[in-house]
Amino acid sequence: MSDDINDIKYAIEAKGLSKSFGGLFALKGIDLSINEGECVALFGPNGAGKTTLIKVLTTLSRPANGKVLIAGEDIKKNAVAVRRRIGVVSHQTFLYDNLTAYENLKFYGKMYDVPDLEQRIVDVITKVGLESRLRDRVGIFSRGMQQRLSIARAILHDPPIMLLDEPETGLDEQARSTLSELLKTLVAGNRTVLLTTHNLEWGFALADRLAILVKGKIVYEDSKQSLDMTTFRETYNRCVGARS
Amino acid sequence: MINYLGKVMTIFFKDLLSEFRTKAVASSVLLFAILVIIIFNFAFESDSDTIGLVAPGVLWVTFTFAGVLSMNRTFVVEKEKGCLEGLMLCPVSRDVLYWGKMISSLVLMLIIEAVVFPIFLILFDLPLWMPRLAIVALLGTLGFASVGTLFSALAANTKARDMALPIIFFPVVVPVIIAAVKATDLILNSGTWHEMSSWLEILIAFDVIFLVVSALVFEFVIEE
Repeated sequence: MSDDINDIKYAIEAKGLSKSFGGLFALKGIDLSINEGECVALFGPNGAGKTTLIKVLTTLSRPANGKVLIAGEDIKKNAVAVRRRIGVVSHQTFLYDNLTAYENLKFYGKMYDVPDLEQRIVDVITKVGLESRLRDRVGIFSRGMQQRLSIARAILHDPPIMLLDEPETGLDEQARSTLSELLKTLVAGNRTVLLTTHNLEWGFALADRLAILVKGKIVYEDSKQSLDMTTFRETYNRCVGARS
Repeated sequence: MINYLGKVMTIFFKDLLSEFRTKAVASSVLLFAILVIIIFNFAFESDSDTIGLVAPGVLWVTFTFAGVLSMNRTFVVEKEKGCLEGLMLCPVSRDVLYWGKMISSLVLMLIIEAVVFPIFLILFDLPLWMPRLAIVALLGTLGFASVGTLFSALAANTKARDMALPIIFFPVVVPVIIAAVKATDLILNSGTWHEMSSWLEILIAFDVIFLVVSALVFEFVIEE
């Protein structure tokens, strides 16, 4: 077990990763390596396996085959250590409507053993611009505010790796723009980010590297430096069209 | 160990606070339980022979149905907004989640029983001071909550969860209900501690078995 994240080669490394549901393979031998501090956007149509991949990487779902290391920890052997090093933002917020923003953050902070929790809550709530709503119940928040609070929840324990599963779903243009700015600060903070989305422009703007997942396989992977949006859109349409 | 218990209690207090805010489960289950007791009270003759015969069954049928209603909500609340996934992402072993949810369910059921008990005793013209009955209720409810929490997690992942829980839960919890009914019968019909002891031993044995097995298999039930 490695405790020093600086000693490891990749922040996220998957080899031959497969996942099946009743004999139907949702992931078919995924190989994926993400360097520390890198932001990778994984695109794909509905049913491509994006959410399944995130669920396996976050230890919510067990892989059928293959090996996955997150921050050097094997997800099968040391799931608790993996969970300590990841922050997850999904289209679902993981927040309790009946509790206030403060109570939600305090609950998760205690579950993650966050040191100096009160100060940390103030720090993260300020970062997402909800400090004036700290004592309000989450149930009365707009979808955009809930998603910002969800980011605060995910970074509360200062994880080096962020896994984002279509976090922009259900947000209007303004809320999506705010979310983008927040996510850019995450990337700038030298966190490793894996982002899944089917919004090409949005993901393209955030990522360093782009990958396309179709029918449980990564069919394309390249650095953003060598691409413009038009070329990437053509590539995406070709990959998705050819496989669907 | 202190950290482990701290996490369990964090989940418990979160559930307690959430329920205190909404009273969604407690109010509906309590109302249901009181209505069942009242209906049974009208349905049976209130002479002492009949009461001795039917009261144990009435009490535990009420607790069982009310308990299933309550258990049905245990993980449904967590499924809303994906909170169950949020819990599962916490860096704790899955059994911490089990113990936290089990204690929440147990305490909620005990609070409901604390209100229903006096009403039951008054309506069925029984003495109000029955400490032995409290012990049986505690043991019976513990067995009920231990296995109910497990099956609630299982049913939460099914589409017809409201129907699924009683169907899979009742056959398993039958030994606890039978032992609780028999022990209650002895208490209400002037049975001795000695006569009760074998049923209490069965209750304790099933409580221990259910608690240990449920905590062990919980992670396989809750994960996909």
